[in-house]
Amino acid sequence: MQQKDIKRLTLYLLFAPFVLWIFLLILLPHIGMVILSLREKIAPRVYEFGLGNYIDFINEPIYWNTLLRTGSMSLLVTALALIIGFPIAYYIAKIAGNRSRGGLFLLCLIPLWVSDLIRAFGWILLLRETGVISTFLLSYGIIETPIEFLYNDAAVVVGLVYTVILFMIVPLVSTLDGMDNSMIEAGYNLGGNSFTVMRRIIIPYAMPGIVSGCIVVFMLTAGSYLTPILLGGKNSSWFTEQIYDQFITRFNWESGAAFGFLLLAFTSIVIWLGLKLSGQTLANTVAKS
Amino acid sequence: MLISRKPSPFLWAYRAYVLAFFIFLAAPLVAAGTFAFNDSLFPALPWQGFTLDWFFNDTEPKLGMFHDRRLLRGLYYSFVIAGFVAALSVFVGTTNAFLFVRGDFPAKNALYILMIVPLVIPGVILGISILVLASDTANYLERTIDLELEFLRPGIFLVVLGQFSFVTTITSLVITARLKKFDASMEEAALNLGATRARVLRTITLPFLRPAMIAAGIVAFLVSFENFNTTLFLVGSEAPLTITMYDRMAKVGSTPVLNAVSFFLIIGSGALALISILVQRDKTDR
Amino acid sequence: MTITPAYDLECIDIAKSFGDFRAVKDVSFTIPSGSFFSILGPSGCGKTTLMRMIAGFETPSGGDIKIKGASVLGTPPNKRNVKMVFQHLALFPMMNVYENIAYGLRCKGVSNDEIKLKVQDVLERIALPDVGHREIHQLSGGQKQRIAIARCMVLDPDVLLLDEPLGALDLKLREAMKIELKLLQHQFNTTFIYITHDQSEALVMSDHVAIMNEGRFEQIGTPQELYHRPNTSFVASFVGDSNRWSGKVADSDGTGGKVRTEQGLDMAFSAAAGQTISTGSEVDIFVRPEFIRTIRENDPAAAISDGDNRMSGIVDSLLFNGANSRVLVRGWSGELIEADVILTGTDDLAPGEKVDLVWSPAQAMCFEKTGAA
Repeated sequence: MQQKDIKRLTLYLLFAPFVLWIFLLILLPHIGMVILSLREKIAPRVYEFGLGNYIDFINEPIYWNTLLRTGSMSLLVTALALIIGFPIAYYIAKIAGNRSRGGLFLLCLIPLWVSDLIRAFGWILLLRETGVISTFLLSYGIIETPIEFLYNDAAVVVGLVYTVILFMIVPLVSTLDGMDNSMIEAGYNLGGNSFTVMRRIIIPYAMPGIVSGCIVVFMLTAGSYLTPILLGGKNSSWFTEQIYDQFITRFNWESGAAFGFLLLAFTSIVIWLGLKLSGQTLANTVAKS
Repeated sequence: MLISRKPSPFLWAYRAYVLAFFIFLAAPLVAAGTFAFNDSLFPALPWQGFTLDWFFNDTEPKLGMFHDRRLLRGLYYSFVIAGFVAALSVFVGTTNAFLFVRGDFPAKNALYILMIVPLVIPGVILGISILVLASDTANYLERTIDLELEFLRPGIFLVVLGQFSFVTTITSLVITARLKKFDASMEEAALNLGATRARVLRTITLPFLRPAMIAAGIVAFLVSFENFNTTLFLVGSEAPLTITMYDRMAKVGSTPVLNAVSFFLIIGSGALALISILVQRDKTDR
Repeated sequence: MTITPAYDLECIDIAKSFGDFRAVKDVSFTIPSGSFFSILGPSGCGKTTLMRMIAGFETPSGGDIKIKGASVLGTPPNKRNVKMVFQHLALFPMMNVYENIAYGLRCKGVSNDEIKLKVQDVLERIALPDVGHREIHQLSGGQKQRIAIARCMVLDPDVLLLDEPLGALDLKLREAMKIELKLLQHQFNTTFIYITHDQSEALVMSDHVAIMNEGRFEQIGTPQELYHRPNTSFVASFVGDSNRWSGKVADSDGTGGKVRTEQGLDMAFSAAAGQTISTGSEVDIFVRPEFIRTIRENDPAAAISDGDNRMSGIVDSLLFNGANSRVLVRGWSGELIEADVILTGTDDLAPGEKVDLVWSPAQAMCFEKTGAA
């Protein structure tokens, strides 16, 4: 029938951009990256297949230490973002009055897309030796000599939490906002105290938002480049820096590709574990935010 | 109101915490923006008086951002790249929305997951993988048929592709959510009143999607504009603004002209974000 | 003199299957010009599918649909002169009232001047002459309803389909709109086909009603016929309220006789129109509450004819609802029977009182049991 043919043609036409995008820009490049990472440079312009790049990674403690450090600090940042962000999201969604709710949420949404670079730049101006905080403390006589707050792990963590926390709060507010207040009231009404209501009713309900926020935040942190470098200085040892180093500075694409694959595998495993442990799926978490 | 009815000490502490958070949220942005107006060669205290030199002055050492050719060029490239990324990703996002809301085909759920995946791939990796593929292809073509394809070398084209590769997930999700809310009987009503399929799409369905398409376009534009990680690996000689700023920061150190640019970007992206929110909150929503 | 009656719509053995599920099973009917025709049935009975086939959104698996005598099977929905008012109206929120009504005319390529005239004309006919510039969300529920009808009527359709358009309105407005729809139909003098699961909507407005169940038409008739002379037990139970007994015929002459109910009660009945009921068959008996008289036990003033059914019981509760008040009586075998009563406020029945219930055999409608019914 003619109508069926038109329907089929429409489906193919709609499929074309999707396939071109996913295949040419996502699947094929990643396959290419994996293949490249399996190529060993034996002599100039002579290559052979092998796991050499990965063996180099294992044999060089600096590399895998950096990956572990990146991973553990990313988990720390994710946890901090959740702990700091959840009360804020809960306040906006459930406690603030109708008027202030929209305003507060807007305050979170507007700076959402400000560049990492500007955020890090702002922190540099605040934290460095000649920065606002040091000068301020000096002028009030609280400290004697200027203090350098930058170039340590604490600064990196603060900067990272700052950069990603809105990506935690915004999905949380959306989820909590969709929760019927009467559910919480029913929880109290049936004899629950604040703690049990929080643990048994609110947190399970907000789980998709929590998981979604954690995934995005973890991914953004582990993949961030600017914040650790600018706030942590030369010795921030973030894994993305290693990748950049291999690719651009040493022009060793093979090992850079291996590092890239390792980072991808690492973040994927963590995200997969998170989804499994929380019993969520990618489609009902990230897709909803 | 769900914690307690009358303001208890706990509630006051809670409010203080929320206030502290918003101060934390604002402080670096305020710092980055404010020093643009300080009449000093360094973005640091003490305050030397108000000036607009870092925007409009045309001589060194206080060369304002609107006279700084490299920054302006970066701004221009950022606009070009973001424009292309927004247009492309909204187009593909719209076709994806129709595909996944209306289409019926095998492995739909698996493909839907595949559509979300680019959002959880670190930007650095998207950058290098596309760089690797493009370079390999270009090298191969050069070797075998002696064809030099300049656009496969780092440059604007690759930057656009790299950003497009994950921004499209965002636009697809935004537009899909809107299309799911569409009442299909509206299309049937239009058909029933005598409209052709094409006319239904033009007069009913697309106007309904328009707010989501505009909002998605703005978000795509903003994400593209602020993107650094993916761009870093794909950039050629035409560096967009974030890369130019980073270079300046690394080579010259922080100068108030960067504050001026920051101020400009914070205000600009904030305003665009506000517009995208207002557009989506349309009154005709049922 | 007309030899063949003028039908706006004819359906001949129309059928529709979705996979193994047969939603509509060989339905045939004709609708004369200018009448108000309702299709009444429970949700899932296939009435919406039937209507979507008439509008062209579904293709029938068998049979034919003729509009003004010509088959429309090959005609796509946007070329059929059958317009439809959707369940949630489907007014276009991105256009104002004027553009909503003008939409169909623009699709036809009518000139702007003519559109202006026609839209104004139809707005006046629905008594909303000044709303053209309004946005859809500024209208009240009843106004939206009328705009949805005007949007169709401006195109001069052969048949107007209405898919439960009153469902979303609150009770008061729904009552008012029933009358209004009927008046609009008279005014436009177009054939209306109204789909609903609400019997009062169908009975109040329609010239003819078709009762649909499990993909079939059970009965087509005027509202009075359906109410007083149902053909099947489904129609008897679906249209109006009734008390229902099941039992076995003890004695019958074909059109009437005696039944012993499952509770052990003997009851005189008369067979429904056109049915013969023989001794020994399993039957259902329906008695409407308004035909049951409730009298106090041993009330000397009560006149009881000889052949009347009579049973005694105890008042369980009173269901006060003004003029529609009822009494619930528990019979001696335990079943609850509903009967209409007039409550005056003084010396009324009270729970616990012993009463007799009396009804005529002519009001005891009897149907032979079919299969699992």
